[in-house]
Amino acid sequence: MSLYFLCLVLFSVGLYCILRKRNLIKIIIGIAITEYAVNLFFVLVGYKMHGRAPIHAEDQAILNMVDPLPQALVLTAIVIGLAITALIASIAIRVYEKYGTFDITKIRKLKG
Amino acid sequence: MLELQILLVFMIIGAIVAVKTKDLLSAVIAVGTVGLGLSVAFLILKAPDLAIAQLVVEILVVIILIRATIRKDLPFSTSGRWFFNTFVVFVFLIVFLIFGYICMKDLPKFGEPIMKVAQSFLNNGLKDTGATNLVSSIVLDYRAYDTLGEATILFTAVIGVLAVMRKVGRKK
Repeated sequence: MSLYFLCLVLFSVGLYCILRKRNLIKIIIGIAITEYAVNLFFVLVGYKMHGRAPIHAEDQAILNMVDPLPQALVLTAIVIGLAITALIASIAIRVYEKYGTFDITKIRKLKG
Repeated sequence: MLELQILLVFMIIGAIVAVKTKDLLSAVIAVGTVGLGLSVAFLILKAPDLAIAQLVVEILVVIILIRATIRKDLPFSTSGRWFFNTFVVFVFLIVFLIFGYICMKDLPKFGEPIMKVAQSFLNNGLKDTGATNLVSSIVLDYRAYDTLGEATILFTAVIGVLAVMRKVGRKK
């Protein structure tokens, strides 16, 4: 229970960063932090107490394994998160080249 | 799971430092510590594949963000309705945390997951797919279309980055 709540606090720190900061790089950092919190929450829900990693071996002393399904889903989500971060960072670099700033309140005006 | 709680508190402190610090390069390094703490947390939660993937991805994220921030540090503007905006955001976050805490009472307790689908994977995985690592048997066999979609998203992102960053054919 307290682990779930700490995970939620980590999520809300990232949400605060997205909502309140005006720097584009800070917004990217907030998106990355929320993504970490969601991935960690999935794996937390699938954890079995005193379980072992879901890999078969010759000498299995412990028989119950943790849930492998959230781990497979999160493995996909981590890689997609990298692609998202790369795309946003490249757009931020282009915005900096065009406007000369990362501040989102100063890049509102359109330039031809 | 005391070590996991200590690790989560460490990650939250790292996230707050990353949000609050003025220097952009320091913020990127702080988010790197959060990601590496997440990698160790995956290792404690018995997910070695995820720990490896998270380590590699975290290093790549830090490299990409340093490329974006290097020699571009600039002061923050705190003009505008600073107090009002912060107040509204904090009220929203407190309401969000209260509702999340209420919702968490309906979740299964930590350490006792509902393994309806996964139990059949655990029982038949070795016989069906021949892979001893059950995570890779799910990623590459039971949910192979999911992995195909992931590859599609990766290539789309690569095309997007190339289209955004290219210099040829851009009017000055």
